[in-house]
Amino acid sequence: MNVMLPGSVPEALDMLASDCAAVPIAGGTDLLVHWPVRVEAHEQTYLDLSRLDPLKPLRWTADELMLGGLTTYWDVIRDARAGEEFPLLVHAARQVGAIQIQARGTWAGNVVNASPAADGVPVLMAYDAVVVLESRRGREEVPLDRFYSGYKEMKRRPDQLVVGIRLPRRRYSYQVFEKVGARRAQAIAKVGLAITRSGAGWRVVAASVAPTIRRCPAVERLLETGTAVASPEALLPAIAQDVAPIDDIRSSAQYRTRVMAWVLYHDLRDFWGKRA
Amino acid sequence: MLRPAGRHMSALSISFNINGSPVTLDVDPADRLLDTLRYQLALTGTKEGCGEGECGACTVYVDGLPVNSCLIPTYQVRGQRVETVESLDPGALEPFERCGATQCGACTPGVVMTAWWIRGHPELLGTHSIRELMAGNLCRCTGYDGIVDSVAEALGETGSGQGEP
Amino acid sequence: MLAQERDERHEDARGAEAALEPVSFAECGLKRMQRLARAIPEALDGLDLVAVRLDGEHEAGADRLAVEQHGTGAAHAVLTPDVRAGEAQLVTQEVGQEQPGLHCALVAHAVDRADQRRSQGPQRYALAGSAARRQNSSMKRREALAKLTGRERYVDDLPLRDFLWGMTVRSPAPRGRVTAVRFGKDVDWSQFVVVDHRDIAGPNVVALIEQDQPVLAAGYVRHVHEPVVLLAHPSREAVRRAVRAVEVVIAPESPALDFRIAPAPDQVQHGSDNVLKHLRIVKGDVERALAQAPVVVSGTYETGAQEHVYLETQGMIAYVEGDVLVVKGSMQCPYYVLKALQHALARDETRVRVIQTPTGGGFGGKEEFPSHIALHAALLALKSGRPVKLIYDRGEDMAATTKRHPALVRHRTGLARDGRLVAQDIEVVIDGGAYVTLSPVVLSRAIIHAAGPYACEHVRITGRAMFTNAVPFGAFRGFGAPQSQFAGERHMDVIARTLGIDAVELRRINLLTDGQTTATGQAIRDGTDRVAVMERALELSSYRDKQREHAAFNATHTTLRRGSGLATFYHGAGFTGGGEVALKSRLRVAGRADGRVEVLSANIEMGQGTLTVFTELAATRLGLEPEDVTIAEADTARVPNSGPTVASRTTMIVGGLIERAADDLRCRVGLDDTARGEAVKQAIRRWHRDHPGAGEALFGEAAYEKPPGISWDDQTYQGDAYGAFAWATYVAEVEVDLRTCATRVIDFVAVQEVGRVLNPTLAKGQVQGGVVQGVGWALMEECKWRDGAMANNQLTNYLIPTSNDVPSIRVAFLENPYPHGAGGAKGLGELPIDGPAPAILNAVARATGADPRAIPLTPERLMELIDGPADVGAQHAAPRR
Repeated sequence: MNVMLPGSVPEALDMLASDCAAVPIAGGTDLLVHWPVRVEAHEQTYLDLSRLDPLKPLRWTADELMLGGLTTYWDVIRDARAGEEFPLLVHAARQVGAIQIQARGTWAGNVVNASPAADGVPVLMAYDAVVVLESRRGREEVPLDRFYSGYKEMKRRPDQLVVGIRLPRRRYSYQVFEKVGARRAQAIAKVGLAITRSGAGWRVVAASVAPTIRRCPAVERLLETGTAVASPEALLPAIAQDVAPIDDIRSSAQYRTRVMAWVLYHDLRDFWGKRA
Repeated sequence: MLRPAGRHMSALSISFNINGSPVTLDVDPADRLLDTLRYQLALTGTKEGCGEGECGACTVYVDGLPVNSCLIPTYQVRGQRVETVESLDPGALEPFERCGATQCGACTPGVVMTAWWIRGHPELLGTHSIRELMAGNLCRCTGYDGIVDSVAEALGETGSGQGEP
Repeated sequence: MLAQERDERHEDARGAEAALEPVSFAECGLKRMQRLARAIPEALDGLDLVAVRLDGEHEAGADRLAVEQHGTGAAHAVLTPDVRAGEAQLVTQEVGQEQPGLHCALVAHAVDRADQRRSQGPQRYALAGSAARRQNSSMKRREALAKLTGRERYVDDLPLRDFLWGMTVRSPAPRGRVTAVRFGKDVDWSQFVVVDHRDIAGPNVVALIEQDQPVLAAGYVRHVHEPVVLLAHPSREAVRRAVRAVEVVIAPESPALDFRIAPAPDQVQHGSDNVLKHLRIVKGDVERALAQAPVVVSGTYETGAQEHVYLETQGMIAYVEGDVLVVKGSMQCPYYVLKALQHALARDETRVRVIQTPTGGGFGGKEEFPSHIALHAALLALKSGRPVKLIYDRGEDMAATTKRHPALVRHRTGLARDGRLVAQDIEVVIDGGAYVTLSPVVLSRAIIHAAGPYACEHVRITGRAMFTNAVPFGAFRGFGAPQSQFAGERHMDVIARTLGIDAVELRRINLLTDGQTTATGQAIRDGTDRVAVMERALELSSYRDKQREHAAFNATHTTLRRGSGLATFYHGAGFTGGGEVALKSRLRVAGRADGRVEVLSANIEMGQGTLTVFTELAATRLGLEPEDVTIAEADTARVPNSGPTVASRTTMIVGGLIERAADDLRCRVGLDDTARGEAVKQAIRRWHRDHPGAGEALFGEAAYEKPPGISWDDQTYQGDAYGAFAWATYVAEVEVDLRTCATRVIDFVAVQEVGRVLNPTLAKGQVQGGVVQGVGWALMEECKWRDGAMANNQLTNYLIPTSNDVPSIRVAFLENPYPHGAGGAKGLGELPIDGPAPAILNAVARATGADPRAIPLTPERLMELIDGPADVGAQHAAPRR
């Protein structure tokens, strides 16, 4: 195992360009799980991002909140303005593992880990986040809801580093984040739902019910068009269009589908049948 | 401690502060902070319970925040301040003795580290409950009441009021 | 008696214990309690009274216990010379109910004069039904500070020089012949120590009940993860890689993987039907009684496996010192490990030494399995001539070690229309896995507890332990009783619903009263009012009020449902029947040259409080301070075999040996039983001065003696199964989110009678810990199987409760001292895990109308019950929301 220790972002980008197989490591909360017994991890070269200080803070501008490439969950939990303007970020952050994970885990790391069960990604996506990527070839910005192309596949080239995540500041008239896990803390989501409504429209984002975290356009359409929905079962066709849950070690497709229908139906009971 | 032979190694020389003292060590990129603490520095108070950041038995402070040392490559703490359970003042732990915070003791150092940190940040109780803040420390023996009571007692001592049971 | 009780010096109070008879609840009767309740307020007007504030040592835990136990508010003690010690307990309970304004928490024994009391300062005395003594168990956990500061050293913390890391190569298949063991070409094997079955000097067997389980597979495997080869190397990383480089090639055969169905002919591997053990309890004529019963209710119930998740994984160190093999590590039973090492390594007891290191949790998981790791480490150490450390990482520990036996229990119950039990026909089947291990004993305890704490004249309980090619199942807190009592107590609620009877009333009618007999024909005469235990739990949990509140809540909430459920249950302490006699436990209390004493026993501390309770018992007996008592390390070279640390026996039975050995020690230095404190220490010191160089020769000894009047027939399974039962009622309140079908326990009350509570903080901690394990087992701990091995062997996928998943567990004890238990105590450790699962499922049934019959009741399973097509076997379909 080798590790490269860049002292600045340009240096990191140079190193990444020179070794595209290098694995950038931030908080390490995903990468180091069972590290000693995962011998394949020991063959890799890592790029340590932990000293790239400019990437740590989150920044507020007039139009947006910019999470840095190394901003942690804890940074957001402690930011009073985030609690006011982007409460789902705080709700989600508080449900990531527990304090020890929240103190180390980064939003960007959650994005590039690309787990279909991620906690940070759904709320970022529901806030129309944009991923900011840097490489020696320049800057690129990709909306998060177009960032994933398949299971663990994303629009990040090996020489790119996520240096920030931008969230437009908006007035939200409705927002909720539901994480359905097997217990109240330290749980991987069986179903995750992040829902927002603003002048830009409805965003319904689902996790753990498809190979990638994704928006649910058919469900969003029901909300946008004010279609009457009389029961959870009435949502099943739209859900079937949007997601494809599976049976896995944590839960079953049947459960995930049913929970998604029930949570959507009940959380949005005030909105079904009402045009925006 | 015998350094094992036969590993792929590109040793790094890392300096950091451990429990108030500076230290410089040769570490392997694959070393976790937990391994370095336990096997190189013989600070065996920090325990390994799961190796996956679930149980919290390996909790230490890095620059004042409680973290799972099983998930930190040692090289990442260069230049930082690391504190382990060995740095806590035993005299201050009386509420934990009295309220039954420990039974078998395997989770205890991690529990005490998190609990002590909560005690130092009583403002958190405005937004969090003690149970939520302790949820990253699994215990199989106490059922958690002894732990939560201890934290509440310790907070009571600081005059910051009671945490919710 | 009164004169002794009035003496305030606590030494005398302790001495008074021996003179007092245990209070019998049965003797009291309601009238007596009422009379006393009237006497107190009358006496209050008299001048002899002194109200004392319970100051002194404020122990938050004990205060709360007092409040919970006696249902009172502020802690004021009311003393009256007319209230004798034995009555005060009852007075406080009764007074609490009838005189709510009167605060009567812990009542001290009587005093004569107010000034006497004032001059000595406020003292607090805890009453334990019979004796007034100094503040109930103020002794803090002895080793608490060492654990809190991280100074307590577990096996992986011990400094070790020039050692090798050991690891295990395991079978990838559940059954078959080992056709080859291939060592990969990319490894320099000359750098490794390699051990297989040919390196075993004695029989290739891990000695336990049967001699069927090999130390290392020799040509044939019966379960996935069965150990085949051992490796050791100075580098832990190198040995991890090397394990992957060894290929164990198996010619597979058809595995038996479902214990609930009869094996196919080619899956039979034990006897003719894969039955490891048959057992049967018969009382009366159950077939006839069922035929005549007005109502018969049937039900089938299932419990899943449970993984211990002790926070310290298993591990051993082995090294050779001269001619002696030394093994140190995390374990519950040093003598079990010793016996296994002697047997397989063909070494007599002078050449093997086993030392228990501080053990980070056991719960039964370190009862028998440590013998395997000890043997593995020893084999590597013997072959290499170097110390070997073998520590399981969490994934390996979860996958390869024992778990709670899965169970299937069928009930067929005949009842009168009013709910009285007339016939119980019960079948218990457990999955033993691929080797016998302790399955016969688990089955035994399961069937003995299967009929519940109820009176019934006609009972038949049959039990079968099945062989399958699963990783062998083993001891786990409760040891069969949680499984069979889950079934029994869930069935009681099913019966209640079927008959249209209140679940509480059904139990009230049937709970054993004094003089009635259990399924094995044991007459219960301990004087415990089991209905009072239940009433206390209902009271503390506000059960009736909550029922009304829940009805209103459920009517007005769209997606949330609440309900409460109870379970009444029991647990026999100590080994079943003649088991304690067969153990022949022995213990010593040695006198040291400095006058202090040392307890030498093989029973270990794993968090349940052994070190503290043993210290207290020895100190109390001899009138010493705790600092004058040391507990010897559990080292087989030094301590006698006082038996394993299992079966809730350590305090009750081994503690009793401490008391007698202490008496014996006193005898040997020429003192009688009245000698206490400094007199004892002086006599010990004098003995050593008179016998210079005698070293360890001064000790008192005690061997286990069966309590009188107990008899058990192992052939017929009739008689007194246990010397004492502990009794309990638990009440769980749950909230179910219908959107996700997730169940949350929002309140839990645990009331039990466990004899005298020697140390409330420790005892409460045991109850709370056991309850939370039960909550996990009921709702979220699910073993997912692949080829008979655990596929979800990591803590992200096998979930135990966090602090945020459980409410505060509210605990109360009713006390009824057990004359044959140390200090009046009964065993307590396992009882608490018998009750939570059925109480919780009964609550969920009440909340949702669903009819769950199996645990874990995961959200997925509850969803199927609530939403799914009506199951023919289910009693009730859930109402449409």
